[in-house]
Amino acid sequence: MDILIILIGAALFLGVLGLAAFMWSLKSNQYDDLDGAARRILLDDEPPEN
Amino acid sequence: MDRLSLIEDNPSPGAGCCPAAQTVVVDMPECPVDGAGEAGLFARDAEDGDRVLSLLIDGITCAACIAHVEKAAKSIPGVRFARLNFSTRRLRVGWQGNDAIADDIVTALGKRGYKATPYAAENVSESDDLALKTLVRALGVAGFAAMNVMLLSVSLWAGSDMAAGTQSLFHWLSALIVLPAIAYAGQPFFRAAWSALRSGRLNMDVPISLAVILAAAMSLYQTIEGGGEIYFDASIMLLFFLLLGRVLDLRVRARARSAAQSLLALRSRAATVIHDDGTRAFIRPEGLLPGMRVAVASGERISADGTLATATAMLDTSLLTGESLPESRQRGEAVFAGSLNIGQALELTVTATDDATLLSEIVQLMETAEQGRARYVRLADRVAGYYAPVVHALGAITVLVWLAFGAGWEAALLSGIAVLIITCPCALGLAVPAVQVVAGSRLLRAGILIKSGDALERLAEIDTVVFDKTGTLTTGVMRLVDPDHISRSALALAAGLARESRHPLSRALLSAAGPITQTVTNIQEVPGFGLRGDAADGEVRLGSRAWVNAEEDSGATDSKAEIWLRDAAGILTRFAFDDALRDDARTTIAALRKRDIPVVLLSGDRPEAVTSVATTLGIDTWQAKCRPQDKVAYLNDLTAQGHKVLMMGDGLNDAPALAAAHVSMSPAGAADIAQVTADFISLGDRLGATIDCLDVARASRRLVLQNFALALGYNVVAIPLAMAGLVTPLIAAIAMSGSSIIVTLNALRLKWIS
Repeated sequence: MDILIILIGAALFLGVLGLAAFMWSLKSNQYDDLDGAARRILLDDEPPEN
Repeated sequence: MDRLSLIEDNPSPGAGCCPAAQTVVVDMPECPVDGAGEAGLFARDAEDGDRVLSLLIDGITCAACIAHVEKAAKSIPGVRFARLNFSTRRLRVGWQGNDAIADDIVTALGKRGYKATPYAAENVSESDDLALKTLVRALGVAGFAAMNVMLLSVSLWAGSDMAAGTQSLFHWLSALIVLPAIAYAGQPFFRAAWSALRSGRLNMDVPISLAVILAAAMSLYQTIEGGGEIYFDASIMLLFFLLLGRVLDLRVRARARSAAQSLLALRSRAATVIHDDGTRAFIRPEGLLPGMRVAVASGERISADGTLATATAMLDTSLLTGESLPESRQRGEAVFAGSLNIGQALELTVTATDDATLLSEIVQLMETAEQGRARYVRLADRVAGYYAPVVHALGAITVLVWLAFGAGWEAALLSGIAVLIITCPCALGLAVPAVQVVAGSRLLRAGILIKSGDALERLAEIDTVVFDKTGTLTTGVMRLVDPDHISRSALALAAGLARESRHPLSRALLSAAGPITQTVTNIQEVPGFGLRGDAADGEVRLGSRAWVNAEEDSGATDSKAEIWLRDAAGILTRFAFDDALRDDARTTIAALRKRDIPVVLLSGDRPEAVTSVATTLGIDTWQAKCRPQDKVAYLNDLTAQGHKVLMMGDGLNDAPALAAAHVSMSPAGAADIAQVTADFISLGDRLGATIDCLDVARASRRLVLQNFALALGYNVVAIPLAMAGLVTPLIAAIAMSGSSIIVTLNALRLKWIS
């Protein structure tokens, strides 16, 4: 049953990874302007400066 | 009155979707001020040495607007970043160096048709944001723990033939995941429960905290003892559902509050101070000190109480007193913050701020009035007041009965704790917030902001509505009576004379007359009397009876506001005006009457004006010339008779009454203090919002009560099982999530109930 230890470990690791990603997104204000994000997708990117 | 398209996008028909598409070029008046401009006052330092300014942008409708606004701001040399938040219509710009850049940005945006108003970001509360973030973080942790512990729990439920060692490992792993998660995510509930207990009350948080802590503690004990059943999954799932309710609840209220704050921020303008050496500078109103000399341009609002330093002034005090006609003031007389200067530019000397000013008197009245409302106990807490003792008693009885039947201490305690866990008011905790979220977003779409959480509950209970007149039942804008019965030439002449005047009656004349066709030169305005000017054939006068030398008894003698015109030939024409009722005033009053809710009119205006409105609308109970304390006294009388009153008002003079009423509502154009006090703010010009609001509130109340019934029904089934010791962790998990989902689904029905 050693495989259980590895599987549980992997599951928990992935879970923590997801939690960390969520915390990061929260901390960097990703949810502040959901309407704006939906509309900004229509905007052209700035032309690259060469 | 500033209106902000916070809620609905209203692209003007026929034009492009946004101001930029119409290539509007706005002429900005030249800045008459030395030194730093107005906008720079609101800038503040950021960490990296930038100066940062927050602006509210009006006129944002589409994706192109985002690009236009940000590009316009970035086009100013020195600007380092500009980021528009589309949801809140707020722009953050940062630059390095001189604050004069702030004014350049505002000007640049104005030229493209976006009205940008700087606001003090530190005044716009970020505590909601912070509280919301803390809750969402707790929700994330609880969600993570609930998902991962379920992985282990499902195998525990399914694996009845599991080896003891593996079972013990799973128990320990569950404890390892859940205990820290509970310690972190449970804090909002533990804190609220503790503060309730300390003040000797019981609220929903007490049984919640007790159930979560006891379930975790019992499971830990079972884990250490190596056997039995664990409830880690149930306790963390409980927290997850409850946090979800709290997050939704806070989000709706934070959104409404931020919209309300934007409305207020839009109107907090800088004051123009005149220094001793004659130079002028903008400063923020809160920086005004007694003795300072302040200039107020024509059409601006006065920003501080003071004494008039110019000879005469015409002030529109409708927000302060409810008086619908402007008042004239002489040098040395007191003028109050919030009055609108409709005459020529004036100067005033700021008086002591801690003096017995009008505002401080009003605030005092409000504080006494508010004490009554603070005693209101939320429905959920009232239910909790009965629920918690019953549940705790049942737990205790269970332990005693098991002991009496000869069970051991351990088994008896376990059954008692099982009762507490299964009765944890998970569904009760969701029953109210879920309904409030749906109701809040539905009202927000209808243009109504809710400012306090229990406002809907209180609104559902009302049995009387008290209206203010000026600005609430009426538009607060004067309108010419019977324009068809006045000769076109007299109207055209009067309009030509009145075209420069800001007096409300002049504005009403102008809007009734249409385009100016008569030229009048050498126009002079004598505050308190009227206007004179030279037409092609001689002197014409427009103003009071005395001003045109009309006989006291000539013409009609009704109570309406009037002005008289005397043309060059000496012929007199009378123009009568009244404060126009809102379009839907009549239907609203009728709708209230259909719901058997009596309507009362309390106004600070003249008795004649109040009578005419009351008779037009068929309101039987009314009082005129009410001072703020009269309104409060009237409301207190009603309350003493056992009535629950909804107060609708917009003025500074209504603020104490708004605070004293059971629940209160203000239109968006109301005085700041009224908006701060009121529980609801209606953004449109519609009075009918009251009815929408009332109906939603009553529907919400029905749904909340249904949800309580559902939650209690679940308990009636679950408690006997728990007392009999039949509840397994699987049953607990299913019962809890099941009841939560049912009340949430029931709450969602409010979306479709009309």
